[in-house]
Amino acid sequence: MPLPKEYDDLPGTTVFDADKAREGYHLNMFCMSLMKPENRASFKADERAYLDKWPMTEAQKQAVLKRDWNEMLYLGGNIYFTAKLAATDGLSFQQIAAMMTGKTQPEYAEMMIKGGRPVAGNRSKSEWKNNG
Amino acid sequence: MARIVAGVATSHIPAVGAAWDNKKTAEPYWQPVFQGFEPSKEWIAKVKPDVCIVVYNDHMSAFSLEIVPTFAIGCAAEFPIADEGWGPRKVPAVKGHPELASHIVASTVLDEFDITIVNKMEVDHGLTVPLTLMFGQPEEWPCPVIPIAVNVVVYPVPTGHRCYMLGKAIREAVESFDQDLRIVIFGTGGMSHQLQGPRAGLINREFDTRFLDNLTRDPAANVRIPHLEYLREAGSEGIEMVMWLIMRGALDDDVRERYRFYHVPASNTALGHIILENARV
Repeated sequence: MPLPKEYDDLPGTTVFDADKAREGYHLNMFCMSLMKPENRASFKADERAYLDKWPMTEAQKQAVLKRDWNEMLYLGGNIYFTAKLAATDGLSFQQIAAMMTGKTQPEYAEMMIKGGRPVAGNRSKSEWKNNG
Repeated sequence: MARIVAGVATSHIPAVGAAWDNKKTAEPYWQPVFQGFEPSKEWIAKVKPDVCIVVYNDHMSAFSLEIVPTFAIGCAAEFPIADEGWGPRKVPAVKGHPELASHIVASTVLDEFDITIVNKMEVDHGLTVPLTLMFGQPEEWPCPVIPIAVNVVVYPVPTGHRCYMLGKAIREAVESFDQDLRIVIFGTGGMSHQLQGPRAGLINREFDTRFLDNLTRDPAANVRIPHLEYLREAGSEGIEMVMWLIMRGALDDDVRERYRFYHVPASNTALGHIILENARV
């Protein structure tokens, strides 16, 4: 069992630590491969076949196929890498940020224009539980 | 001898670079951002640094997870612009200062900072966006640049104290270099922002304002900020602000705040910018 970490209490946040970096190594290197146009074309032509070339877990592959952006982070993906998958899909950074927060892109953009997500009420998992 | 005369801190938001490159600087969303850097451009045109040392982080463009150096210094004569997935930014290649860079390596390693030498490296928005904000769009960047890349992607990132002390070691290195050079050091990244997960979009103006205030008059207070406080209060990517402390460590204890600019939002981020000059010139 891994030891508890001081940042486990942060709500809605996956800290990309050395453990995550190890778990997500191949997932992230897959995302990085999408920086090359020929790899993007090959991935788009047959996503499953392209993924099968990487020694990723089945859960990681499913998260990619379903474009479950939060699950990818939970399984060791890092946002700077998953953003490369988003770019392959033609999505902007703000579009995936919105998806990860469960908002539409206009709702998310509106929140940012109004000053962003406030820190009050967002410091600890207990605060999220209390607010349902 | 070479001397660090001033420090510049600024966010390095990629969308700011994209707005510049796509000529959107006059659009209502972006106009205040670029307006905010007009005084800075005038300032640096007057200061005319001979070299800029730019502390930034690579966003998995030059490095990947294969090798993750905590501190790395670019010793090459030239650093090409990275293709981050949408083609390299159309900005001039960055010219280095290999002699000063290798002198900094020699000096800081003997000072017990085990910095990684990088002789081949592309630079991404982390380095080029601050150059654009300060210098605009010249045919060539007006001076050589020494990139210092810090790992702020794989946690734990170096502590604020370690960064601050590295700044001091860089200053010592610079002052033992035998050419008369006036140097401006940049700390980049931040301010409060979280790019990932259901808590994405977090902004903390109070934290940022206190950080900016303390940077000038009580840097020790910023140096003491523990990692958990950055994560909780400034968002998972807000911890990039430790890079500003390298810049601060390289300056005198007494500095003058020459200029400050703060704007929310720039894409997902609170954009912060400050110029500090050594009080004793």
